[in-house]
Amino acid sequence: MTLDVRLVHRLPGLTLDLAFEAPAGLTALFGRSGAGKTTVINAVAGLLRPDAGRIVAEGTVLLDTDRGICLPPHRRRIGYVFQDARLFPHLTVRQNLLFGNRLAPRGDPGAPLDRIVEMLGIGPLLPRRPGALSGGEKSRVALGRAILAKPRVLLMDEPLAALDEARKAEILPYLERLRDEIGLPMLYVSHSAAEVARLATTIVLIEAGRCTAAGPAAEILSDPALAPGMGLREAGAILPARVAAQEDDGLTRLDTAAGPVWLPRVPAAPGTSLRIRILATDVMIATRRPEALSALNVLPGRVTALRAGEGPGVMVQLSLGGAPILARITRRSATALGLAPGREVYAVLKAVSVAAESIGGG
Amino acid sequence: MLTDWLSPEEWQAVALSLRVSFWAVAASLPLGIFTAYALARWRFPGKQIVNGLVHLPLILPPVVTGYLLLLTFGRTGTVGRFLDEWFGLVFAFRWTGAALAAAVMAFPLMVRAIRLAIEAVDPKLEEAASTLGAGPVRVFATVTLPLILPGVLAGAILAFAKAMGEFGATITFVSNIPGQTQTLPSAIYAFLQVPGGEPQAARLVLVAVAVAMVALLASEWLGRAVARRIAGR
Repeated sequence: MTLDVRLVHRLPGLTLDLAFEAPAGLTALFGRSGAGKTTVINAVAGLLRPDAGRIVAEGTVLLDTDRGICLPPHRRRIGYVFQDARLFPHLTVRQNLLFGNRLAPRGDPGAPLDRIVEMLGIGPLLPRRPGALSGGEKSRVALGRAILAKPRVLLMDEPLAALDEARKAEILPYLERLRDEIGLPMLYVSHSAAEVARLATTIVLIEAGRCTAAGPAAEILSDPALAPGMGLREAGAILPARVAAQEDDGLTRLDTAAGPVWLPRVPAAPGTSLRIRILATDVMIATRRPEALSALNVLPGRVTALRAGEGPGVMVQLSLGGAPILARITRRSATALGLAPGREVYAVLKAVSVAAESIGGG
Repeated sequence: MLTDWLSPEEWQAVALSLRVSFWAVAASLPLGIFTAYALARWRFPGKQIVNGLVHLPLILPPVVTGYLLLLTFGRTGTVGRFLDEWFGLVFAFRWTGAALAAAVMAFPLMVRAIRLAIEAVDPKLEEAASTLGAGPVRVFATVTLPLILPGVLAGAILAFAKAMGEFGATITFVSNIPGQTQTLPSAIYAFLQVPGGEPQAARLVLVAVAVAMVALLASEWLGRAVARRIAGR
């Protein structure tokens, strides 16, 4: 259940030259607009023929320019969720959903219509035409349509970019369910660090047509060397957590590898697995356990790496009970505290600094 | 009742015109859709020349078009002789020739209407269909064609109306033989040439105006239907 991609392609003003592997789960292609991310997935879908390359999905060669192989899009069985949904306006939602399903090989059971409709919450929309749907509804139908075509790989090109925050919040849980319940490699193009932190199991960083880093999401997001590529303000590690208890004063206690963390009420039952995101700019470092401080979440740990940028800031990687997180502080503070790899410290996170929208399952 | 109101001679001309126009449109529609698609979507060398050729009958004097048809499809014309020998298909001085002349004259209108409809379809929808497993023929049949269908109908109706009114090329190519090639406009012309023929001509003029008016209204309405369809309401 993997996708192997190797591509060389010249575009006006950009030369794409990269290789990566997407395992099962959601692989985010992350990078700035114009870095070549959409070109990569168009090449995977067969909508663009690269100058040179090789693309293999689950053992099937989709493209191999050395051997002269280039399957047309309709033979690739690649699901593609476009940024602009692209639903067929003359068909009802039900007909749209079944468009690719009818063309898929019969032997492959795939997920049945009922299950996808239920999972995406689009039952009431089935008899309607796409023109009357909201942006969020269109996105969900497009997602269902692509999955019902029983693809080998699911491609998503910023499926949330055209939506406002409320609609995004409406779609994200569905994406998480798809990632966790349908064992399909997914390639997800995004330039939003928050989306990537919430959804990705693997991250491929793309800068100016090249792949600068690739690996498990938790590793990439907590690598101080890669933080500039993620955008310094947006840089932040993710931490797996489990809901431990809902407390009387409105806080929720989460257990993490780093120790207990308290958040304002998280609407989830005890035992639920979550992913929390801790922005580097929201972490303070103390060399002694601070007292008489309003911050609830003070976690002991150790400095594992420091990386100075060009400005006055330093990105510090901390290991909190084995879980890596990032902290961004000034170079002056780092010097004053005498921070160096191996140094025992306390990370101070304000409870509110763990944004609710960054809590995701998985 | 139309047959009571019109004399057998007049009715013959109307019926012939209807038959000629129907076959002119039916036979040229597939080629019209293909040409419109090629002009709207493909890039190929000589595209402007093809575009020019398609539109030529709109600009040329109809007499010239008729004469060129006579040279090409007449009994002694190269294509005409070939079709006669191999398929027994004769155009010169037959109703089939009137249909050919009408089809050629109406072709630009048909292609323009269909081309506009095709250009209104977002190629991204066709791309989406291909990623869902549809090959090029299926994409055309299940996405492009249904979306342009009202435009195709509008083009066909306009072409039909144009074919009903075709005169210059028809009379040059196949002459004006009652019951054979005397279409509605040819009949009006013939009635106006004889003294006392004006009331007959006037009745046929009314028929011509009614057909043209209905066709225009219908194609306008269908044009709006294309827009509705593409908006998906």
